[in-house]
Amino acid sequence: MADDTTQHPLKIYWIMWAALFVLSTFSYATDFLDRGYLRHFLILLFMFAKAGGIVWIFMHMGWERMALKIAILGPPVAILVLIGMMSLEGEYVEDSRLENYGESTMEVETPGHH
Amino acid sequence: MSEAILDSGAEEAPGTKGLVEDWSRDKQVFGVPWGKAMMWIFLLSDTFIFSCFLVGYMMVRISTTDPWPNPSEVFALDAFGYPVPLLLIAIMTFILITSSGTMALAVNMGYRRNRKLTFWLMVATAVLGASFVGMQAFEWSKLISEGVRPWGNPFGAAQFGSSFFMITGFHGMHVSAGVIYLLVIAFRVKRGFYENRPGGYEIVEITGLYWHFVDLVWVFIFAFFYLW
Repeated sequence: MADDTTQHPLKIYWIMWAALFVLSTFSYATDFLDRGYLRHFLILLFMFAKAGGIVWIFMHMGWERMALKIAILGPPVAILVLIGMMSLEGEYVEDSRLENYGESTMEVETPGHH
Repeated sequence: MSEAILDSGAEEAPGTKGLVEDWSRDKQVFGVPWGKAMMWIFLLSDTFIFSCFLVGYMMVRISTTDPWPNPSEVFALDAFGYPVPLLLIAIMTFILITSSGTMALAVNMGYRRNRKLTFWLMVATAVLGASFVGMQAFEWSKLISEGVRPWGNPFGAAQFGSSFFMITGFHGMHVSAGVIYLLVIAFRVKRGFYENRPGGYEIVEITGLYWHFVDLVWVFIFAFFYLW
């Protein structure tokens, strides 16, 4: 690793740090939206922005060589396949539960009133 | 840094051309200290473990026919006479981000060979991490006192408790291990252990990788478990 990759000016860290605070505030704010496409889109947007910033700047991945970037960031893409399969399977299991056992009759309490 | 041993000294091409060269030349592929490469590979394996937990959580949440407890209500805390949704979780999120910042500065100060500042920044990171674990313990006790168990809870689907304790427990364990790791390295930095070693202060960067990863996992847990 060359010297210029390890002693970048501090400025970029301060900017990243501030950005993480702002993005986390936005993330938290999504909790005040109703559940739906907009809320879920914004949750993912802020999540990936934060994750990207942490990996790229704080973990210095942006300054690493392509060989390391691909070796580390490539394999997790396979998780998308698992997510796809498990969400299909989950839907199927839910459908067969509904078909065989019917709707849930569970009685639930509202949390936090005590 | 004195990592000239790591490559032949030839000018390295960036981008995809560099990728081909790194793999095809008769040399070490990754031009980074071995400790750093191994930490990245460990973190990659950890990524898969946490992903399996989160995908498992997704699967049980999709497949249950019972209503899923609303996290903003379950994790609400009373403040100023009102229940504020996810209050403690938000504070924990900000604490972890703050600790990521102090860690990033510690890495930078390490490479500047400022031992005193590196030490104190690492200690600050560890203290913030420990307070995060403390708040997690508080959250657990609160939920347990309200009847949340890995096998059931009064607020809805039983899978809520199992996912919660497993995912946050495994993450909390990582934070706790990170606090110990940070303190060990911080005290070594303080007594000058790394002054004359070949790797120098790259160990601070490697420790930092682990710590940032713990913060990174929390970003995903916060989004998928607490907000979704």
